[in-house]
This record gives sequence, structure tokens and C-alpha cells, in this order.
Amino acid sequence: MFDDRSPIYLQIAEQIKNDIVTGALAEDEQVMSTNQYATFYRINPATAAKGFAQLVDEGVLYKKRGIGMFVSPNARELLRTGRRDSFFAEVVDPMIREARAIGVPLREVVHHIEKSAAEEPAGTKEAIAGQAEGGAS
Amino acid sequence: MTGLGVRTENLTVRFSGVPALDGLDLRLAPDKIHGLLGRNGSGKSTFAATLAGFRKADDGRVLLDGGDLGDAREPYEDAIVTSRVCLIRESGDLVGSAQVKQVLGLAAALRPYWSEDLAGELLDKFEVPTGKRVQKLSRGKKSALGAVVGLASRAPLTIFDETYLGMDVPTRNLFYDALLADYAEVPRTIVLSTHLVSEVSALLEEVIILDEGRLVTQAPVDSLRGRGASIAGPAALVDELTADLAVLAEQRLGGTKSTTVLGDLDDTLLTKARSAGLEIGPVGLQELFVHLTGSKSAKESNR
Repeated sequence: MFDDRSPIYLQIAEQIKNDIVTGALAEDEQVMSTNQYATFYRINPATAAKGFAQLVDEGVLYKKRGIGMFVSPNARELLRTGRRDSFFAEVVDPMIREARAIGVPLREVVHHIEKSAAEEPAGTKEAIAGQAEGGAS
Repeated sequence: MTGLGVRTENLTVRFSGVPALDGLDLRLAPDKIHGLLGRNGSGKSTFAATLAGFRKADDGRVLLDGGDLGDAREPYEDAIVTSRVCLIRESGDLVGSAQVKQVLGLAAALRPYWSEDLAGELLDKFEVPTGKRVQKLSRGKKSALGAVVGLASRAPLTIFDETYLGMDVPTRNLFYDALLADYAEVPRTIVLSTHLVSEVSALLEEVIILDEGRLVTQAPVDSLRGRGASIAGPAALVDELTADLAVLAEQRLGGTKSTTVLGDLDDTLLTKARSAGLEIGPVGLQELFVHLTGSKSAKESNR
């Protein structure tokens, strides 16, 4: 589940963010308590608490005193915006480098992407169209 | 109840003049799970036995405080302190001719925070037969009985010294789960002594690494994760970049070299390495542990 090559509290924070971005965790939904989380994933409770605290600091989770922690109402949008900002640098650019290295013409890549774009539902199209402007800057 | 804090001052234990612990100065914060890591013969068991008062320091001392103890006290020949410190060694230190239920009765009489409910629940989980004599139990069941006694004692300082070596993987997982669940409910100071680094590291909050009776490092375990890095590429370039770093290990294959270093790499160095086409990778905790305790040169550079 977690590996030993980076701090576990960061891996926990990443995993919960992923669940929020994909919608597995809904906004205003309660997340597991740190003790439940620690026993479930077999990790130290203090490590789990540190991961959760980081998410509270970042505004991804909020605390309700005596009840527990919940996903912030704007968490999904917040995270998606953050990931869009790095999408071209971290995902698209390496893909272009790899395509060049192995001799796949970018025209073919674009063709492949256009085929996928034709099949996608309307909602995502707007998000990507909006991003294309931002990404070009 | 709160856990005990530990402080050692120049703690030294010798066997026939040879130091097994060599001037250890360290502190264990209360209510945390500490991993005591080291290779065979590094002094882990001697350290554990000295904390529990099984052994007297030849020089220096061990002091335990907090919980219901109040002021710091030495554990050796102090009945109040030792009733609050539970050391479970691999053998379990159990009376062979006694029945399991007698072993539990003795523990219940000696341990002020004994939980009968937890003991019963764990005996079921580990499937330890209570009517049998200890010497008739398999190695795995003896280890499991040791774990039951150690957990149900709820001692403010609980030390497991390779208790789980006799257990198979599913039983060890049961033990880790039981430990975390009860620790979450009743926080106390726990020391897990082991060389199964990769298996237990996620359970820990702090680690103490011993080698040849000396302290190699003590740190929050998460700060050690990702603290090492490997830098690989053309030998001359790698040497140039790692010249000022704490080098833990080096490997050469033809003109290519891979060097493992300790410490955070600054951004200038990272940029330089990337633009030179060097590969930079993280080093896992287990690997870091091997490097820190493996070779003489690595140890010297860390002292």
C-alpha cells in the first residue's frame, strides 16, 4: 500500500486527494478517523494524523469538533485546478519527449487524442477547452 | 494512564570486558512507538534488557519517568518500576512446566494495568489453548502467548524484543493489528526491537538505529524515508556532484557509477544533475538501514 521511499504522511495525503479528485470521496463526506485509518492500513496513528493535518492545512479537509473530519465543499475543484496547472509540464511534456525518443510522430499522437476527444461527454470538454488556453501561456 | 519516558546517560554494559552498549545517550519520548533497529549483535537485546531492569549498567544509567512513577527512577531492582515495564523476548520468558492459564494468572497478579478482557480476546485470535503446558506449545504459539502477555499487560513501557520471530506471516499480521488497535485505545510507550525493517517500519513513529553498541541515528521514521538518494550516470560526473555529500555506498559498472548519498539534495544540485542527464532515485528505508549499519566507512562518516 505505502512504500518506504517517501514520507508516509505525504503518501496518505496524496491518496485521499486522489479519492477526492476521482469522486470516490464526495464533498462534505466524513473521512475515516485517524485511528480507523491507521488500523486499516496498518500504520502508526501519529503518521496518519500528520497526513490528515496536512490536508486540513491545505483546506482539503475540515474538522467538526467532536465528530471528525470532512471533505471541504470546494476540495474537488481546488485539487483539480492544482493538477491542471501542472498537467502540461508533468504529463504532456514527458509524453512528447517519449514520443520523440521512440519515433512516434506527434501528428499520430494528436490524431489519437482527437479520436478520444470525439468520444468524451460534454462536461469534460469544457474543462479541457478552458485549460488549453491556460496551458498555452 | 500515560506511558513512561526513557533517558539513558552514558549507558554502558560490558560482557567479559567487551562493550555490548558503549556510552549510549538517548531519550525515548513517552506514548510513541519506537523501533529499535540494528543487525544481530548490535546491542538491541542488551539495551532492551537494561531498560526492563533485567540487567545492571556497568557505567552510566537508565532513568524512567512519567506515568504514575513521577520522578525519574532506575529500573534495576525496583519492583514498582519493573511492574510497569514489560519486556517480551523471543523465548517469551515463560515457565515451561506451567499451564497457559497459570502464566496468565501470574501476569495478572504482577501487572497493575492488566486487561483480562484483552487477554481473552487475544488468546482467541491467536488460537492459544489455555489448558496446555507452555513447553507443549509450538514455537509459533509460544511467541503468540508472549505477545498476548505483552499486550494485555498494558505496561506503560512495553518492549517486544523480536517476539514475533517465531510467528508465521499471518500471525505476525494479527500481532501488528492487535498492537495498533490497542495502542490507539490505550496509548503507551512501545519499543519494537527488530531487524525486519520493511515489515514494521509503517507501525513506527521514531527509530533508533544501533550498531556495535553505539547510536547510529535516532529520528522520526518519516524523516528518514526519502532522506537517502541514489545518483547514477557517467562516473566522472557522479563523482563531481557527490564530492561534498555524505556517501553511503558506491557501485560501478563499466563507466557508469551509482552512488548512494544521505541527506536532502538542494535544488542547485538537482538541477545540475538533471541537466547533465544523471538519474536520481529515492532510497527506501530498508536500504538506508543496510547502508547505515553495513560498512565501516559509512559508519565513520556518520559519527
